[in-house]
Amino acid sequence: MEAGTPEAVRLEDLKVPGQLTGRKHVLSILVENRPGVLARIAGLFARRGFNIDTLAVGPTDDANISRITLTLDGAVHPIDQVTKQLHKLVNVLKIRDMEPEETIAREMALFKVTAAVENRGEIMQFADIFRAKIVDVSRRTMTVEVTGSADKIEAFERMIRPHGLVEMVRTGEIAIARGGE
Amino acid sequence: MRAADALMESLKAEGVQHIFGIPGGANLPTYDALVDADLDHIQVRHEQGGGHAAEGYAKASGRVGVAFATSGPGATNLVTAIADAMLDSVPTVFVTGQVRTELIGTDGFQEADILGSTLPFVKHSFQVADPRQIPEYVHEAFHVASTGRPGPVLLDIPQDLSRAEIEYQPRTDPVELPGYKPSTEGNIKQIRIAAKALANASRPVFYTGGGVINGNASEELRELAASDAFPVTSTVMGLGAFPASNENWLGMLGMHGTRTANYAMDNADLIVAIGARFDDRITGKLSEFAPRAKFIHIDIDPAEISKNVAAHIPIVGDVKHVLPKLTREYRALQTDSSRLDAWWKQLRAWQEEYPLTYEPGDGGEIKPQFMIEAMHRATEGDAIITSDVGQHQMWAAQYYGFDRPRRWINSGGLGTMGFGLPAAIGAKVACPDEQVVCLAGDGSLVMNCQELATAVHQNIPVKVFLMNNGYMGMVRQWQELFWDRRYSSVEMGPSPDWVKLAEAFGATGLRCEESADLEETMRSALDTEGPVLVDVRVTPEENCYPMIPAGAAARDMVG
Repeated sequence: MEAGTPEAVRLEDLKVPGQLTGRKHVLSILVENRPGVLARIAGLFARRGFNIDTLAVGPTDDANISRITLTLDGAVHPIDQVTKQLHKLVNVLKIRDMEPEETIAREMALFKVTAAVENRGEIMQFADIFRAKIVDVSRRTMTVEVTGSADKIEAFERMIRPHGLVEMVRTGEIAIARGGE
Repeated sequence: MRAADALMESLKAEGVQHIFGIPGGANLPTYDALVDADLDHIQVRHEQGGGHAAEGYAKASGRVGVAFATSGPGATNLVTAIADAMLDSVPTVFVTGQVRTELIGTDGFQEADILGSTLPFVKHSFQVADPRQIPEYVHEAFHVASTGRPGPVLLDIPQDLSRAEIEYQPRTDPVELPGYKPSTEGNIKQIRIAAKALANASRPVFYTGGGVINGNASEELRELAASDAFPVTSTVMGLGAFPASNENWLGMLGMHGTRTANYAMDNADLIVAIGARFDDRITGKLSEFAPRAKFIHIDIDPAEISKNVAAHIPIVGDVKHVLPKLTREYRALQTDSSRLDAWWKQLRAWQEEYPLTYEPGDGGEIKPQFMIEAMHRATEGDAIITSDVGQHQMWAAQYYGFDRPRRWINSGGLGTMGFGLPAAIGAKVACPDEQVVCLAGDGSLVMNCQELATAVHQNIPVKVFLMNNGYMGMVRQWQELFWDRRYSSVEMGPSPDWVKLAEAFGATGLRCEESADLEETMRSALDTEGPVLVDVRVTPEENCYPMIPAGAAARDMVG
């Protein structure tokens, strides 16, 4: 018998892994920094019917390489198929499906909130609790910068919304693996 | 050197001899460079024809097909051919002219974003931003088009950049693309598991596709099938990879496949998919496809594995490399072939009970199936047959009986009507010593009949056998069967007179309306010099059977 293979393969024992993981996935994709790369990726998602939840694009320490971080729902999309289709794009260099336990993920959001003078104290308290920063104040509004996991940002949104949310801007998550190399 | 001349040198460095295309404003420099380039340019009459000719060239020869077009409408006319090449994995390079750099994005005259509009169906594409990139991009384009799972690559060159002066260095070094490394070898452990699964299968079927032809692995497939009594079926794209005359051949599978092939899939306990992709024309109703089977899936494109049907034993690799290893591993197991006896008894019983058959015509009536049989006799079963899309295509796939690869050239994935004639021109350019016949439908042929002018003008002696039933026959069949025979825009009417049309183009036109004359008429067409069109009047409302209705399961075949 050859190393690593079973002595006999009974057909009834053959199984296929499930296609859906049922959880959110963060894909960290290194791509060549060339015109049109984002269009190729966005187009691939659109025509294969994959729905991107968040998307963040930025440079890396190598000027020739950009990083795209995107999140999508593994309950509705076969992540394995998504990554294999992405790999077919010649400009895609590396894809990492970030393990939640092994990953630091952060997102930034800006909240512009209605803030009459009498409410400002409470908003500042919320900001304090969430370790957020007040970055702008006008006569009727305050703008708060929050950084953290998507959950934290959503929690902050729930707290602040009753005050009158004028506008919210989120960057989408970026992620990096813990420790290691 | 002028960049356009460097383009010619770069193409020659890739081994290009023939190019199909049409000049226009934005590729004037390219066509000027062609004058002195020592390349054979086949001037077509419509860019779509040029694109399909490049495909026919590639499919017949295995070499990369090349087509040129100008910007804007020239480029958008190529789009159908590019999409066709993507779906059928045809190694092709399309070079389009683009408006001058300073006009890009201004809606300039004959400007179209061809790069953007083809993104969904190119294997890769480049737009030149610096003329010094041209040799490098050409080198990369041919590498990407022809390796791994082949496909179309677009190279878009702004007019001003192809006039620029550059230093030309031939590029012959191995291409290094960090994001493109096809796996070819196949994981040996997986191959061993596959061999052992095969050894334990009592009702195995080999389901082969176009990948066997693209991978030039017909010999290797035959070896594997011969290592035991393995039954073989194939998609419409894979016909010829396994000889139709072989006793293990079950016929084509899928929507218009044989009952034996489809029932075999339905009852199989192990299906070995080889260079095939579980298209809906094969699976029918996915949830009821091959319900008793486990799957070994061998493909060079990892994304095909478990895309439509989950594979129990996936093997990513080039069939040319994987099949011999599988044969070796399987032979080493020294299995007892008699375990397949009961399976073969069943398969033979189906073959006996459900042969491909049709009612003979009355009097001199030419049945379409009879026409394919006559074509087989007239060509001695050994022509390169290109096809349009529709009933005639399916009848040819059922009745011609291809024994060799690259003899059957059709548009399987995209199903492009009008493919046949330009593809025949391309095939004839690639294989001038072979008999090349375009089996056309009257609905399809009119879509690219302008290429008769190309065949005459460039002296490319293709023979067109037109199966003329006066209808867009496959659509008519569906309207008859599934839409209460409410015919809607499927009658082709009396126009054109195909014999006169052929003559107007300077080709020879023949007509045949009597079954007794058909084979002789075909032979005389084959013996006539130059392009010939034979208008064959067949039964108008014959249906193509058997058939799995769309969305139904194999066991629900009708006809």
